[in-house]
Amino acid sequence: MEMDRVAINARARRIRRHGALLVLLCAWGCAHAQVTPAARARSLAATCAACHGTEGRPVEGQPMPALAGLPRERIATELRAFRDGSRPATVMQQLAKGYSDAQIDALAAYFAALSAGSAR
Amino acid sequence: MKRRDLVQGLLSGGALAALGGCATPAAVPASARVVVIGAGYGGATAAKYVRLFSDGAVDVVLVEPQPAFVSCPVSNLVVAGVRRLDDITRSYESLRKRHGVTVVQDRATAIDLQGKRVRLARGAEIRYDKLVLAPGIELMFGAVQGLAQAQADGTILQAWKAGPETEALARQLQSMRDGGVYAIAVPEAPYRCPPGPYERASVVASYLKRFKPRSKVLILDANPDVVSKPALFKKAWAELYPGLVEYLPLHKAAAVDAKTMSVKFEISDDVKADVLNVLPPMRAGTLAVEAGLANANRRWCQVDFLSFASTLAKDVHVVGDSILAAPLMPKSAHMANAHAKVAAAAIVAELAGAEVDAHPMLTNTCYSFVSDSEAVHVASVHEYVAAERTFKTVAGSGGVSAARSQLEAGFAAGWAANIWADTLG
Repeated sequence: MEMDRVAINARARRIRRHGALLVLLCAWGCAHAQVTPAARARSLAATCAACHGTEGRPVEGQPMPALAGLPRERIATELRAFRDGSRPATVMQQLAKGYSDAQIDALAAYFAALSAGSAR
Repeated sequence: MKRRDLVQGLLSGGALAALGGCATPAAVPASARVVVIGAGYGGATAAKYVRLFSDGAVDVVLVEPQPAFVSCPVSNLVVAGVRRLDDITRSYESLRKRHGVTVVQDRATAIDLQGKRVRLARGAEIRYDKLVLAPGIELMFGAVQGLAQAQADGTILQAWKAGPETEALARQLQSMRDGGVYAIAVPEAPYRCPPGPYERASVVASYLKRFKPRSKVLILDANPDVVSKPALFKKAWAELYPGLVEYLPLHKAAAVDAKTMSVKFEISDDVKADVLNVLPPMRAGTLAVEAGLANANRRWCQVDFLSFASTLAKDVHVVGDSILAAPLMPKSAHMANAHAKVAAAAIVAELAGAEVDAHPMLTNTCYSFVSDSEAVHVASVHEYVAAERTFKTVAGSGGVSAARSQLEAGFAAGWAANIWADTLG
């Protein structure tokens, strides 16, 4: 289990590094590269980080749940339940109403692809 | 800058820090792709997220005179004696060790916008490709007659930048007699932390109710009404502190007299107090004003909201409390953290020759304690509207607490722990 996580983390890091390298190499080759969906999803996900931790990994022992590594469908379903008011909350209904369907799906995909864990 | 220089700078900084603690200065690099001035919520987040979003490819130098981060959010609980300054103080070590940010402990004294250089108090100069300016606020003492002297003498404090002054104000309250008056003067909006003065009045009332119940809290507000969460604050004052808290709107402090401990107003009668906490009007941090970047009424820095680039200077981005905010955008820690991420993404994209995200988003959640055990919040979501070149709140989103609660006090503590980690960790 732990081995799997380490392997997945290493692969995710490689993929991220590779992506960044492409962006940087592109700086030499292309005049004006498109903003990638991955970069956009990462920026969007950063709007959750002040409360849920950088990359969805909060400080241990705090009431806000970790988002990293949750199943994609569960994140999307819960955000929609907050948004339509069917799931009770203090603040999440108000925040979820600020995100479109496409943004909710992008957030769900982004956090689901990360490995679980907590900030130190 | 040569990669070797950076690596050496990081190594020497890290090694020295390990020996001598967090105050040990790193070697100051001669240049960096990104220089960030100010390591509060905006600047520290910008430094960390440029590193994250570039996967460590863009070198970042962060310039900050203070040896450690002291949080303004939660500092009102230090004033009220229920938290210590240590509880709200965090190290910059993680930015160095985990994120490879070169943290330089020094004060930036001047910016050469044409030559793209930052000058530091100890004489070093750093050339930048991109500059992030996050200087916070300057308190305009000159706007209230007598305040500069009273503040220098330590008689009338502000404690609006968390640190030793926060503890000094707490000591003033601890030594106040039972039956004394604590008065806080609120400047006209916009100022740093819209709910902050009302939270402070509430938690001071909570302290006085418990330990000095014959005392009073006076809120002397230059504004026509409570600026943030008015219904929630007024309900808390009426229900928790009947007869203890008095709210006086349209009381704009014009002068103070430290000998008689009184505040003078343009119209109303003078008010006397035992502990006076007078907040003057505020503007962008001194360096931004001196660099000529505070182009809105010489008070706030105007930015292109798509990337938080200054509207005056190329390759300079301004984040946090010092900007001329968009409608309904508070000068808050959470908002500074959010600005910084949008600016960081834009900077990384521009350095890579890529397009900047055309639809950035910001969130904000501000918790306020109304006693030592209950809190309330205000929340909002903001989207960039290209046609108007500004951020607007998303229709139907945002709001405030239904009621004050202990549950939200727990969330407030969790928010603090998590935003500190997101900003610094």
